[in-house]
Amino acid sequence: MNPIDQLFQRLRTEGRKAFIPFLSAGDPDLPTTTMLAQEVVNAGADLLEIGFPYSDPIADGPVIQASYTRALQKGLTLDAIFDMVRQLADTPAITTRQVPLVGMVSYSLIHRRGPASFLDQAMRAGMSGIIVPDLPVDESEELTRQCAIRDFKCIHLVTPTTPRPRALRIVQRCTGFLYCVSVAGITGERQRIPEELHDQLAWLRSQTTLPLCVGFGISKPDQVRLLRESVDGVIVGSALVRFLEQWGKRPATEIVAEMTQLVRTLGRALHGEP
Amino acid sequence: MTVSPSAVPDQQGRFGPYGGRYVPETLMFALEQLTEHYLAAREDPTFQKEFHQYLTHYVGRPSPLYFAERLTREAGGARIYLKREDLNHTGAHKINNCIGQALLTRRMGKPRIIAETGAGQHGVASATAAALFGLECKVYMGEEDVRRQRLNVFKMKALGSTVFPVTTGSRTLRDAINEAMRDWMATVAHTHYIIGSVVGPHPFPMMVRDFQSVIGRETREQCLAQLGRLPDVVLACVGGGSNSAGMFHPFIADHSVELVGVEAGGRGLSAGQHAATLNQGEPGVLHGTYSYVLQTPEGQTADVHSVSAGLDYPGVGPEHSYWKDCGRVRYTSVGDDEAMKGFHLCSRLEGILPALETAHAVVEAMRIASTRAHEDVVVICFSGRGDKDCYEVARLEGEEI
Repeated sequence: MNPIDQLFQRLRTEGRKAFIPFLSAGDPDLPTTTMLAQEVVNAGADLLEIGFPYSDPIADGPVIQASYTRALQKGLTLDAIFDMVRQLADTPAITTRQVPLVGMVSYSLIHRRGPASFLDQAMRAGMSGIIVPDLPVDESEELTRQCAIRDFKCIHLVTPTTPRPRALRIVQRCTGFLYCVSVAGITGERQRIPEELHDQLAWLRSQTTLPLCVGFGISKPDQVRLLRESVDGVIVGSALVRFLEQWGKRPATEIVAEMTQLVRTLGRALHGEP
Repeated sequence: MTVSPSAVPDQQGRFGPYGGRYVPETLMFALEQLTEHYLAAREDPTFQKEFHQYLTHYVGRPSPLYFAERLTREAGGARIYLKREDLNHTGAHKINNCIGQALLTRRMGKPRIIAETGAGQHGVASATAAALFGLECKVYMGEEDVRRQRLNVFKMKALGSTVFPVTTGSRTLRDAINEAMRDWMATVAHTHYIIGSVVGPHPFPMMVRDFQSVIGRETREQCLAQLGRLPDVVLACVGGGSNSAGMFHPFIADHSVELVGVEAGGRGLSAGQHAATLNQGEPGVLHGTYSYVLQTPEGQTADVHSVSAGLDYPGVGPEHSYWKDCGRVRYTSVGDDEAMKGFHLCSRLEGILPALETAHAVVEAMRIASTRAHEDVVVICFSGRGDKDCYEVARLEGEEI
């Protein structure tokens, strides 16, 4: 069974939600990513998203693009990212808590390597699924097929602007969990949760058994509290990656402490703890 | 091989294997809406009539097809004609597309447009159309380009637009497109994104080509009227590929007409030194479309260079990739130094300062004309005037203005 299915099955039995942080690989460098990933997992992550830096990430906001630019300036390669992921997957932090690793990858990188060999390499590195934010369902037939052969999860996005008939097509293609975008627009921190989101989540719930995870713009405990009843998980990206801007300008221990503090705070809000 | 111009793109926006939509889900609804509105406008005689009225009375069309006698004598072969897009209002072909898309914006009931720009030509054309139709306009421009093209930045502001300097990534056209797409994702309900070339997700490559096809249609009619026959060779420079797509498309079915696209050879064809995407690139995904791309073996977009800011783009329109693969258009390249010589030659022999982009096509046209008989006719899409490049040419030649 795919570790993502196992995770959500376990969480459902326990009546808990998934806390899903995002880290970009290689910012400030790969050993630090490995270290941060373990810290974040120890602070309460249930699933980890790993961003593969890309030169022209139109689906990501300025914070993540800046992070990708920093990583690429140091000559980051795909093979080095996969090696890092393999090491991370074997650390006690990941193995004892059985934390699935999911790649967030722009389609250009997958196309260039070829979907089959990209997925093979991702699986060998210990990943369980992939999110391709610039590959809409209309263009995803081949990748979906290649993922299905491997029981590798292909996670799709539904946004507030997605019409319902289209959302149904997405739900049919999607495996693992459904990534529900909270606001129209790109990733980045937002101040409030729109009303329409709750309606959309309720409707999606009536249409699919896939776990529903909400991301894009989540950075505050209040946002998480407003969402927790309607979702199976929350994804936090920019709010964490923002800390990496300060790397090298402040003591690393301070930055790590603040990142893990945010993870704990948001995690408590998600689990309904004070 | 037979290529039917009406056969591409298909409903999914595919030109053979190229094109499509590789964009975040957030944009899919907007692209479907835009496609619907555009297809309706394309069939609507009122829309087309209004578009052509603006082209006639505001842009100044039809642009002349001019016999370049002295360039012809210098080349010593075929007769060279210039399709004078430089005489359009704002000095280049870009305005054709901006008028079309601004009219469409108004038809969709959206009050705001955004645009990306490299050298500033498309930015100025968008700002012009925004002023004309009373639309709010924000232009995204790489910080590097803002510095290099201060005159165009001033023009856009004078026309009432906001210019937003982009400081992410390489701080050039590529990043300006990324930023404009981000803006669009957050504002799509009331904003239309006027892409400046035949690139990006469907329907942009088709729509921009259609609006620019007035160039090729006029040229074809003018050749028949002035020369009594079709030309033998038609050339245009290719960056993203909008002036060339507009020029070539009406000639695609005329198999006797040889079509030649001229890319930027830069400082030479080693990585990072040129922008010859169709000559040196490989099929990949950039800015929402599948087409030839200059990229690293891992799929990261490569750095590009050209003396001409308008050709300095690592991708190219998907229809060009299709034309290249099926052999209908031949794509070649001309380097920085030759383009600079072409700039001066054309200026001195014809009294017409070409844009540096256009100078690339002039050089290749002279080369081809020199190998042909005097009866043959070579037409250059004279995409823009060179005023905007005077500072850059002077700087490169160590002169101060």
